Amino acid sequence: MSKELIRLSNVTMAFDGDVVLDDLNLYFNDKEFLTLLGPSGCGKTTTLRIVGGFLVPTSGDVYFDGVRINDVPPHKRKINTVFQKYALFPHLDVYENVAFGLRIAKVPEDEIDERVTEMLEIVSLRGFENRKITTLSGGQQQRVAIARALVNRPRVLLLDEPLGALDMRLRKDMQSELKRIQQAMGITFIYVTHDQEEALAMSDTVVVMNEGVIQQIGTPEDIYNEPKNAFVADFIGESNIVDGIMRSDKVVEIFGRKFDCLDAGFAPDEDVDVVIRPEDVDIVPFREGQLTGIVTDVTFKGMQYDIIVDFKGFKWLIQTTDYCAVGSKIGIKIDPDGFHVMKKSKYSGLYGDYSSYSEEYEELSDPDADVGGEESSDDKEVAEDENA
Amino acid sequence: MKRLNRFITIIVLIFLYVPMIVLAVASFNTGSDIAIWEGFTLHQYAELFRDANLLRLLLNSLIISVLASLIATMLGTMASLGIFSMRSRMRRLVMTVTDIPMTNPEIVTGVSLALLFAFAGTFLKIKSILGFFTLLIAHVTFNLPYVILSVMPKLAQMDGDLRDAAMDLGCTPRQAFFKVLIHEIMPGIISGALMSFTMSLDDFVISYFVSGSGFITLPVEIYSYTKKPLQPKIYALFTLLFIVILLVMVAMNLLQMKDAKKRVQARRAFRGRTGRAGV
Amino acid sequence: MKTRKLLAAPYIVWMCIFTVIPLGIVVYYAFTDSITGALTLSNITGIASYTGIFLKSIWLALISCAICLIIGFPTAHFIATRPKESTQKLLYMLIMLPMCISFLLRTLAWVALLDDTGIINNAIRLLGMKPLPLVRNNGAVVLGMVYNYLPYMILPLYSVIVKIDHRLVEAAEDLGANHGQVFRHVILPLSVPGIISGFTMVFVPAVSTFYISQKLGSSGTTLIGDVIESQFKTAYNPNLGAAMSLVLMIMVFACVAIMNRFSDGEAEVIM
Repeated sequence: MSKELIRLSNVTMAFDGDVVLDDLNLYFNDKEFLTLLGPSGCGKTTTLRIVGGFLVPTSGDVYFDGVRINDVPPHKRKINTVFQKYALFPHLDVYENVAFGLRIAKVPEDEIDERVTEMLEIVSLRGFENRKITTLSGGQQQRVAIARALVNRPRVLLLDEPLGALDMRLRKDMQSELKRIQQAMGITFIYVTHDQEEALAMSDTVVVMNEGVIQQIGTPEDIYNEPKNAFVADFIGESNIVDGIMRSDKVVEIFGRKFDCLDAGFAPDEDVDVVIRPEDVDIVPFREGQLTGIVTDVTFKGMQYDIIVDFKGFKWLIQTTDYCAVGSKIGIKIDPDGFHVMKKSKYSGLYGDYSSYSEEYEELSDPDADVGGEESSDDKEVAEDENA
Repeated sequence: MKRLNRFITIIVLIFLYVPMIVLAVASFNTGSDIAIWEGFTLHQYAELFRDANLLRLLLNSLIISVLASLIATMLGTMASLGIFSMRSRMRRLVMTVTDIPMTNPEIVTGVSLALLFAFAGTFLKIKSILGFFTLLIAHVTFNLPYVILSVMPKLAQMDGDLRDAAMDLGCTPRQAFFKVLIHEIMPGIISGALMSFTMSLDDFVISYFVSGSGFITLPVEIYSYTKKPLQPKIYALFTLLFIVILLVMVAMNLLQMKDAKKRVQARRAFRGRTGRAGV
Repeated sequence: MKTRKLLAAPYIVWMCIFTVIPLGIVVYYAFTDSITGALTLSNITGIASYTGIFLKSIWLALISCAICLIIGFPTAHFIATRPKESTQKLLYMLIMLPMCISFLLRTLAWVALLDDTGIINNAIRLLGMKPLPLVRNNGAVVLGMVYNYLPYMILPLYSVIVKIDHRLVEAAEDLGANHGQVFRHVILPLSVPGIISGFTMVFVPAVSTFYISQKLGSSGTTLIGDVIESQFKTAYNPNLGAAMSLVLMIMVFACVAIMNRFSDGEAEVIM
């Protein structure tokens, strides 16, 4: 499990002087499900394309099993890719798409037939062999793309936002499907997405990236519970991030009041960022509150209410199962394990404020916020229709 | 306004076709004066097939058009692939040069090539350099932009990942082109080749400046009739050509329509399925 | 990546040798003396005596453009608004088809129609009237230009008009515009790119033609194209011909550049 398979060392990538990856160091273990997570333009797809061999880094090295592979072209790597919009060959049917790599490798015909059939079985597409690619739904095309890559028995499968074009329910199904396939095949999956839920649900390891720099590497639990800076805390789940002062080990001061916490190892009176997850805040009667504020907004979310509470002009998001009316005064209580203290970073003060509640919150909770690519491809299809 | 538009369209079509009808009718005329109808005959068609000189000129035109369009299609398709992988600044520069023969008046292109060949002739000490090769070079030159301008949009429309996908599955760049990319850009290549062929076949102005007495094409010969009366069998030849072109175009249209129908059916099938999945 | 770019190398070399260098030679000839080969401006200044011919060429080409636009726009609009795609295709093909036949012959057919002893005048005589002077004048030259280049105006106009979203027309009608206003405020502005490309596609060959004016015109309708042609083919003064070609080319490119600037501005307004 823990054997290292691929290593990127000091990898920098620049296009026309624009630095997209800045001195990246990262390794991928054998048989793990690793996700590169970040907003669009963070460099995650570039990283993937460097591993796949479609880009040669401006500087730095790529190693596969200890061998430097910077100049090895894609067709000579034991790595296959599932492309963002699948990139299935429109002139070939399902069977021939899956058989493509084997034919190139001049595998004997009977073995091709056996492996393609087996692979179509795995992705539940038996009976679709002679169908044209254009007659398949998005989910089916997705499966063909996975089968086409896996039939070559690669050591590593790269997946570039493969679920981006699917609707919500199909996405959820495919998430567990992908995890199942990865475990069944016992190979490394490197998965790129901007969807944090997807990343947390499937991965063994999550790499959070922003502006070409790795922000944090860890298990999904680590990333969620122990974010390294305000960017990670904000990008993964919902977070209230406030300025605090570390008075001593296990004592943090916010809003001029000292709280017990579990964090230690900071300098006395060091300025810090403090993360409080919305679900870690308990609502108590006004008088019993460690802090008190006024409810300014309530949204019913099914499982819980999302309420926005104004503390001395600073607005927090709190998730609670108790209904609170807008305008009511409430008190809150936070247990010591509800605080997470982080060192100040360049992201301090940029995130974790719900003052402009509606816009920011909606944007973050919208899993389809980054579907620009898909829309443009639809437009193109329409334009082609008109030409025909 | 709609009625006015219809009226004008009908007038335009009559306007466009009157001279063609005049030519076609003249090809069946017994007399040699195009303006005076003397009686029906197929004599001109028989004459046409007996005239070795005229048939040779037609053959010359066809040889030049086929060769020029083939060379231009190959060079142009290669060039499109190359240009497409260039950075935007370099690409813009090359496309500007591509635009020159498209925008330049034909007479200027013809004159500039004639001067180049004259220059080369004195340099290489060849007395009469104008002939088959100069004609071929000129035709390839003005065909190339048409090929590039019809292949490039197909490359742009294509899913950019297809090439990567082919390489990912073990194709060398060459295999990726012949097994995948060429299928995607084929419509562009074909329309570029067809356009080149018709442009070449019909070209007069440029050919006029770069052809010598050794090898001339049909349009150049027709121009030289300016001073002497046109032989009526030429009308017969062009009536035949018109019919051939008409048949080719109708056939192409039918093929396209069949293709479009297939695509519509495919799309319908696709929508049906996603519709069900959504319920 | 590098090797892919190399695929364009033969093309770039070809275009340098057969497009860029020939233009350089044109410039060289334009500034050298035909006999001594010395640098001179006399070719360029010599053009001054042809100013009238230049102006006439431009004037006739502009009139042709205008007529092409006036009859081409309604035609393109009519074709583009046919509800059935097959009808559109058929009409489009009918407009294109005449271009497949040698324009020399089609022009000769017009001579046969318009000549003093041509088809039309023969018919007029049969009716007992006096024949009309239909050929060898400016009008006949313009007719020849319009006839030969009209498809170049209709085709780009068609491809622009057919892309106009019909909902825009409905939206304008919904907001109270009548047919004329819809045309003036919606269809016309959105057709500007097509008008411009049609205009240049007609203007460039019309201004430089030399066959049409020889067959349909007279000695009074000599155009730039005719003069350039005669410098190379009969008078044999290629240096003067090159100078005139250079001026013609600069004129055309300036015209296209201005047109493009104009259409870029329009495109921004539309967006």
